[in-house]
Amino acid sequence: MGSDPSRVLLSVEDLHVRYGAVEVLKGLHLEVRAGEITALVGANGAGKTTTLMAISGIIPSARGTIRFAGQEVQDLPAEQRVARGMTQIPEGRRIFPRLTVHENLIMGASCRGADGGITQDLARALDLFPALKQRKRQLAGTLSGGEQQMLALARGLMARPKLLLLDEPSLGLAPKVVSDLFSIIRQIHRSGVSMLLVEQNAYQALQIAQTAYVLETGSVALHGPAEKLREDPAVRKAYLGG
Amino acid sequence: MTPGELFLQQILNGLTIGAVYALIALGYTMVYGIIQLINFAHGEVFMLGSYMGLTVFLLAGTIGSGGVGWLLLALCTATVGCSLLGLAVERVAYRPLRQAPKLSVLITAIGVSFFLQNAVMLGYGAQDRYVPALLPAVRWGGGAVTVTPMQGVIFGVSLLLMVGLQGIVYGTRLGRNMRATAQDPLAARLMGISVDQVIAGTFAIGSALAGVGGLLFGVYYSTINFHDGYLVGLKAFTAAVMGGIGNLPGAMLGGLLLGLLEGLGAGYISSQWKNVIAFVVLILVLLLRPHGLLGERLSERA
Repeated sequence: MGSDPSRVLLSVEDLHVRYGAVEVLKGLHLEVRAGEITALVGANGAGKTTTLMAISGIIPSARGTIRFAGQEVQDLPAEQRVARGMTQIPEGRRIFPRLTVHENLIMGASCRGADGGITQDLARALDLFPALKQRKRQLAGTLSGGEQQMLALARGLMARPKLLLLDEPSLGLAPKVVSDLFSIIRQIHRSGVSMLLVEQNAYQALQIAQTAYVLETGSVALHGPAEKLREDPAVRKAYLGG
Repeated sequence: MTPGELFLQQILNGLTIGAVYALIALGYTMVYGIIQLINFAHGEVFMLGSYMGLTVFLLAGTIGSGGVGWLLLALCTATVGCSLLGLAVERVAYRPLRQAPKLSVLITAIGVSFFLQNAVMLGYGAQDRYVPALLPAVRWGGGAVTVTPMQGVIFGVSLLLMVGLQGIVYGTRLGRNMRATAQDPLAARLMGISVDQVIAGTFAIGSALAGVGGLLFGVYYSTINFHDGYLVGLKAFTAAVMGGIGNLPGAMLGGLLLGLLEGLGAGYISSQWKNVIAFVVLILVLLLRPHGLLGERLSERA
């Protein structure tokens, strides 16, 4: 892979994941450099969500190393990976529908001690997402789809992550909401958070990312600077509609 | 006794046992809410609460009297002892099966139930054990309708515990984590929650409630047997299902309602029929309102 090791925030080497007899990831390699947005694109079933779940420690890996900030984390339980600074915002948002917006946000800070500046972070999160402010006391399940995605992002930020693992943030949202969402994602990125972004909307993903990986049936088929992949005829044909 | 007095007396008696059912039902419903397990060993935790109480009272018999103090000590022993027991059962029997099919865990729960029953039978004997009356055998209330001090204790203690439980569930970090885990365990893990700790906390609290229920039950009826956990546990489970399994207010309502039905059934039909009445009601609820009185209609989680 050959990039300067001091700039690599996350590196995944030879990652294998099995569901029973089926091998879903077959020796995946990827890197996320500090300060960058790295996109992971590919068809349904290529293993994108599995990759994120293995990085987060939800699905055990059969083989391979996952290094975060220079340290191997593949044997740590999920909660310790969150504590080290990687937070996943899962597909389908998965906010807690019968907790209030406020409680959802507090849940996001679970990896931190009783008072590690949670109050300031709450205020900052609500400034970034003003729509959530008036709805603080409302049950999260009553929010619209777009608001729920904003809540999921805000909740993820409450952990003060160094790396956000974003799984299909735009799925099921109206085009207007998607463009708002991506401008907020840019804003979060500018504030210094690195990201690994899984998106079915490959066009958006390759626009926003600096580096991209194309996944095909459990391993990396192509990778490189996002702008190059945008021009690649095979990528255009398969993921960008010609 | 006038018909009105009889009715009122049966309601009071029914509510007393209903409060005990409610305490036990809470444990069933909390554990089900978090890991979708019908913890069939929960009735045995209840039974052990009464035997822990008995042990304290036997000690009291050798040392000397002073009813209320011993009752308090027995309450503390049952609370602490049963929550430790719940933690141990979860750690030893259920945690290793976290990834196993639900049926394996269910069978294990039945196994734990047999194990605890037989352990108590070996330790304390198969015969009924007599629990000394600690509170004066007076009846409050001048007329035909009366309440015993022990009934008062049962109402007071269960009310306190139910209010306390609401306080924990809605006012503490553990409670928030419990609610979040019940709603979406995967999302809770992604937030950095140790789901194992939340499950352990749930077992500790649920078992403590059952233990207190067991102690109160033993003192109220004054005889206990190692079999008691089976039927009482089944009825408390019925109460949890009636109220809507997974729903805390539902478990409280279900317990009180079941106690009331039993009390009225015993007063107006025959006390021999009270179990039949309880289970006929369960069947009716399952037929007419399968998700329980306060339960939400939920599809099975994948």
